[in-house]
This record gives sequence, C-alpha cells and structure tokens, in this order.
Amino acid sequence: MTEPKSPGAKEVWITGIGIVSSLGEGLEAHWDALNAKRINFDDKRFAPYIVHPLAPVVFDAQIPKKGDQRQMEAWQRIGTYAAGLALDSAGVKGNQEILSRMDMVIAAGGGERDIAVDMAILNADAQGNSSPGFLNERLMNDLRPTLFLAQLSNLLAGNIAIVHGVCGTSRTFMGEEAASIDAARIALARIEAGQSDIALIGGAHNGERPDLMILYEFGDFNLTDKFSGVWARENNSGFAMGSVGAFLVMESREHAEARGAKPYAKLTRVVADLAQRKQPGAVTKSLEALWTKLGVSADSGNLITGATGVEPVTAEERAFLRQHPGFAVRATGTTFGHTLETQFPLGLALAALSISRGALFPPNDPTGFEVEKSEPPTQIVVVGAGHWQGEGMALVEAVK
Amino acid sequence: MAAPRDKFGRPIVVVTGMGIVTSLGTGKKDNWAKLTAGESGIKTVTRFPVEGLKSTMAGTIDFVTVEPFSSTSLSERLAEMATEEALQQSGIGSKGNFPGPLFLAVAPVETEWPQRLEVGRTVGKKEFDYFDVLRASGGGKFAEYHHRFMFGSVAGHLAETFGTKGSPISLSTACASGATSIQLGVEAIRRGEADAALCVATEGTVNPEAMVRFSLLSALSTQNDPPQAASKPFSKNRDGFVMAEGAGALVLESYEAAMARGAPILGVVAGCGELTDSFHRTRSSPDGKPIIGCMRKTLADAGMAPEQIDHINAHGTATPENDKMEYLTTAAVFGERANHIPVSSNKSMVGHTISAAGGVEAIFSLLTLEHQRIPPTINYDMPDPAIPFDVVANKARDARVTAVMSNSFGFGGQNASLILTREPV
Repeated sequence: MTEPKSPGAKEVWITGIGIVSSLGEGLEAHWDALNAKRINFDDKRFAPYIVHPLAPVVFDAQIPKKGDQRQMEAWQRIGTYAAGLALDSAGVKGNQEILSRMDMVIAAGGGERDIAVDMAILNADAQGNSSPGFLNERLMNDLRPTLFLAQLSNLLAGNIAIVHGVCGTSRTFMGEEAASIDAARIALARIEAGQSDIALIGGAHNGERPDLMILYEFGDFNLTDKFSGVWARENNSGFAMGSVGAFLVMESREHAEARGAKPYAKLTRVVADLAQRKQPGAVTKSLEALWTKLGVSADSGNLITGATGVEPVTAEERAFLRQHPGFAVRATGTTFGHTLETQFPLGLALAALSISRGALFPPNDPTGFEVEKSEPPTQIVVVGAGHWQGEGMALVEAVK
Repeated sequence: MAAPRDKFGRPIVVVTGMGIVTSLGTGKKDNWAKLTAGESGIKTVTRFPVEGLKSTMAGTIDFVTVEPFSSTSLSERLAEMATEEALQQSGIGSKGNFPGPLFLAVAPVETEWPQRLEVGRTVGKKEFDYFDVLRASGGGKFAEYHHRFMFGSVAGHLAETFGTKGSPISLSTACASGATSIQLGVEAIRRGEADAALCVATEGTVNPEAMVRFSLLSALSTQNDPPQAASKPFSKNRDGFVMAEGAGALVLESYEAAMARGAPILGVVAGCGELTDSFHRTRSSPDGKPIIGCMRKTLADAGMAPEQIDHINAHGTATPENDKMEYLTTAAVFGERANHIPVSSNKSMVGHTISAAGGVEAIFSLLTLEHQRIPPTINYDMPDPAIPFDVVANKARDARVTAVMSNSFGFGGQNASLILTREPV
C-alpha cells in the first residue's frame, strides 16, 4: 500500500544541487566524470585500505574567510563548501530574505580526532605510564581548544549558518546512513505540510580519516587490497570510504515559482525503516516493503543506490533489486566510495541531476548487473541501505 | 471539553507520560521532591581521576551502573529508564509496541578512552602508530565496539526495546537537543503522520575528554569547593556551567487520541520555535536578535501573547554570557514584565544535562504546572544587578502557573523554546 499523501500536500522541488567529491566539484564536472566512467581511488596512502580522496578544492571559493576555514576540520569544510554550491545552484546565495528563513536539516557524524595526541597517549600508556591523571594532563595540555568545535556534530550546520547565513532553523541528525535518509524525509514532510517553505539538506563525509577506519575495522567493514566495484566484492567485501559533500535546496513549488526558480526535479516521496537485521533476508524484506510504500507501479525504470559493498547487506539488497529486473541500477559506491551520512543526499543529487539532463548516467560495472538505459528518465528511485542498520528509499521525478 | 484542534486548526499535542533520571535521583517523585527542596545533585567526580582538571565536579549519575562502562552505554540506560517510567504513566501501546516514532536527543558518539586504550594495549609494541592500531582493530575481537560507537546505536536499541515505528531519529542541536526532539514530535503529530511520538533526551557523557573539551573553551565553573555551590545561575559570581547527566522521556499524543483512550493528560505542548544564530560558533549575536526571534516564534506558534506566560524555565547555564543574554533577550520580548515573571534555572541543582536539558526541563516545567509550585534557583546569594529577573531564589515558590516558557540555547547558534500549558489554549 502506498501511504496516501495528505490532501493539500505541496509539491516539493529540488532547485539547488551542490556536490564536491573525488570526481571534482559542481554539476558539470560530475556529469562529465560519470559519463566518462571515471573513478578516483587511492590504494596507496592508507594501504591496504582504499579511499576515494577529495579532488583538489579551493575552499576560498565558498568559504572566503581563512579564519572560518581554520575553525573547521575537513568534513566541515567539505560540507560548508557543498552547501554553498547548492545555494549558488538554487540562486539564493546571499539572498538574506530567503536565507534568514531557510530551514536546515543536516546529516552529520563527528569530526576528526587529533591523531597525534591520541597516538602519544596510547604509546605512553603502552610504555606503562598510566598514572592517575595522566590522561587528563595530556588532554588538557595537548588538545587544541577549538578542536571540539570542529568535532561537534551540529557544528557543520553551525558553520553553514556562519559562512552562508542560512539561519531559519537548524537541525542535525546523527546515525550514519539513516540520518541522511531521515534528513530528506523530514524536510520533505515539513514542506509538504506547509511547516516549511524552503530547506537546505545534505551531509558531508571525509573518507580520509584513520580514526574512522579504526572504527569500521572493529566490524571488518573496510575494503582492502584490491579495488573493485560494489557488485564485484562478493569475495572481498567491504567499503572504501569516500570524501563527499552533497547538498540540496528543496522548496515548495509555489515558493520556487514565486521567485522564478527552475527545478532540477521534484522529490515525491521518502520512506525509511529500521529493520531488525537478525534473520537473513531482513533487509530484502524491508526494502520490498519500502518499495510498496514508495508507490512505484511501473515494471521498468531507473534506480540509484548507495549500496556499500559490505556483506550481508549488499547481497540482500541485490536480492531485492533482482525482483525488479526492469530497473536500470547505478551504484554510487563504486564511483564515490561509501559516504555514510552523505549516502542518501548524494543519491538524490545524482537522481535530480540525471532527470535534469534527460539521461541516466552510464553503468560502471564489469559484472553486468548494471545495464545501459537509453530512455530519458522521468522517475528515479533512490535507495539507501546502511552498512549495519537503516533502510530508506525516495522517488525523484521530472516536473510536469 | 475543548476542541481537539488548536486555533490554527492543527491537532493539539498533549503529554501523557513522563519519565526522568537526573543526578538527584530516579523518577518524577524523587526528582520533584529534591528539586523543590533545593537539593543539589552536583558532587566531586569519583568515576575517574580528576587530577589535572580545572573543574572537578559534575552531576554524575553514579547510582546507575552499566557494564562495561561507556558514556554511550550510560546514555542508553538512562534513556531506557526514563522511557520505561513515561510509558508506564502513559499506558500507551503495549510492552515493546509503541505506536509511533522515536525522536532521540543524544550526545555525539565516538570511541571512548577506555576502549581506545584497550585496543592500543593489544598492539603489543612499545612504540606504534595508528596503522598498528588499525591492524589490531579487525578480526572481530572488537566487533562490539563498532556497534557501540555508531551514532545510531542508542536510538536503534531504544527502537527495538520499545517497538517504536519507522526509522528512529537521533539528533543533536547541542544544548537545545532535548527541545528539538520534542519539537520534532509535535510537528509529526500536527502533520497527522502519527497520533503519538516518543521524545527522549539523554546525556551520560561526564568523562575526562568531554570535561576537558568544555574546560578548554572556558565554559565550565571552576568553583570546585563545595561542589553543590558551583552552579550559580544569575548570580554575580557565576563562572560557568557544571556538566551533568540525566534523561527525560515524554510521550506526546494528539489530544484526540489521548482523550479517546482515556489517557492521563499531564499538559500541552502549546508551541515550539527555533531560530539560528549565525554570529559565532559559541557566542550569541550581541544584539540577541536570534534568541528574541526564537521566543517570538514560539509565542506565535502557540498563538499566545507574552502576557500569557507566567513562568520562565530558563536555560540559565550560569555562564557569564548566557545568563546576561537571556535577560536582555527576555526583556526585549516581555518588556517590563521580564522583571516580574518568576524565572528559575533547574541547572542550579541538576547541573547542565546538555543534550538532555531541553527534555529534563520540559518535564520540570510540566511538574511545575501540575504542582503549582516553582522550583528554586539555588546558590542565589549574590544577585547580578545586570540581571533583574524575579529569580525564584533558593526556596521553591507556590504560584499560579498556567503557561511556562522553557528555553534552550546551544553552541552552533542553536536556539529553541517551548511553551507548555496545563490546559489547551
């Protein structure tokens, strides 16, 4: 059953897209790279671990004050930069009247730790220096006072407010991939219901972080040794973290039309679930239930997924996708790496971009699971399944 | 019986269950008794060594134990306890089957020092770098730590335990998080998406690094002795906040659904508002406009005039800046009445429960409405002449209270306010 929309629900347009990633920045660069099937990964710097490093970016272009840049760690710079691109793309950058009432829903993790400080403490501890108060003393003396602000989850939103002046409301959702699905879901619901006219949503991830690699290594989630696309990792599962910032400006059709803004696409529906992944097949079942709620009736179409490449979730997602063989699949994970809190906005951004370009970008998958699709897409399903919990789906459509 | 919709035609949102844990104790009864008696939950930290720290006191919750200890596990347990109490009072749903979504205010999560040190000790070398740690981390030995230190882990656990519906949302708006969790619940019910929402706010992060981080930003009181006198909201000699742990859980329901099932109606969330400050990462805009706007948006959302508010449950952190700004902005909104509305800060007794504060203080506000008694602001012996609030000084005060504004302001320009009433307005 498709959940009925409440009567009078407003149509919601995506009017701004900002992406910065291992492929570069902006829509042209991404469209060209996707069509050229370019992948930028680095298997040397953290060998045997693999990452998709951020392409060179001149942050000054979106974060003009060096002082602001210094106050941020990489994830915040990536996000603040991508948010600026999205505002530019929507034509609202610097428009104080709109920015002062723009709502923000950000999906965020936390910031980088000071690896040097951590390692010095761990080494001292291993050498037997564990006197009471040792940890306190090192932290008090060695941590930069402002590092905390570069680590706090809600300070990505805080920096976007400071740098770009987005200061209607500001909410930060946490919780890995699911946070990015819910950010889109809540912003959409609020605009549809008239609780908000215009919103900035998105996330940022710095994939080049040893502290995060350690965290994911606890669960053996990191891709090592040899790079392959996400559909070709059955015998070497894992994700390669990617550095990506992806933001969208969403607004009601009325609001967009009143200011003469053009849509890339409309966001029709976002649904999410938290399956208890205790039985094999739980994710397949969850995605199938979400598919029904999404209300896709056609038996062929287009689908962009953030499939991670870790098991068992990727196999379970593939089982779901095989039940919809008419849908041409594209996995962002192959090209961009896994981007946790940025997974879903990236999928939405690429879906809206594809619709606006009248084409789905080509497959990039030697296994043949992704197939060519030549018809211009009018609908793209975006799928996000978290590496350990959280599932979601969205329907992005062409504006009629 | 009032109409189930407010003057804007939206479903009225009521509270039908509340649960609370603070450094004062477990449950509403114990907390309310101690809070109105002016007791402090602040003491010298004994959970870990405090040598070398500038601030050595906190509102830790030592009567709840979790094994193995981590701040995230404690946050989870406190949230669970508060939720159990709220659900019991509300009587909604059935065991493990809450008929609505979960909105959880929770501190950002990361691997903590005991676990980091444990992993470091398995490297087996005298000198090593992060690559050695990385190599020592895999293979399943520490698989539990992956789950434990995922941001979504606490919400995932609560969703499973209490059977909330859909994707649970974990959120952070810093010190305003608790208020934001309630706001998300109110919005979902007003949209008609849900008849009920579980709004939980929890904080269990009194650990060395968290104390150091706030200390390095000069946010914490250093008046360590005696610890219970450290938190001095609105006093001239206030010098910072005191970190504290706690949790608050509220069951929100549409008035219609609550009436239909004969649920206890503990109060109404009449309005919520938020407005972002883009001035600075930790400081408020000197003109106070974002906070003023936040309070005004909240009044507008409730469809109320400032004259209808008869108590302010202040953010009142006891930092020099916050309390001054809170007075200036309140005066801008309430005019001359700012000096006559009774104002109190629960943080004088329970400390600053950070992510949980908005939830904990909403519950204390609702208890104030229920008991018609305003908890005191203790340690108020040296009033700051620049803050001529009618502070409920040192002793609880009986008063006619029909509508409370509860304020929360946080790092990152986060401002959120709630208006809670006894009856639908």
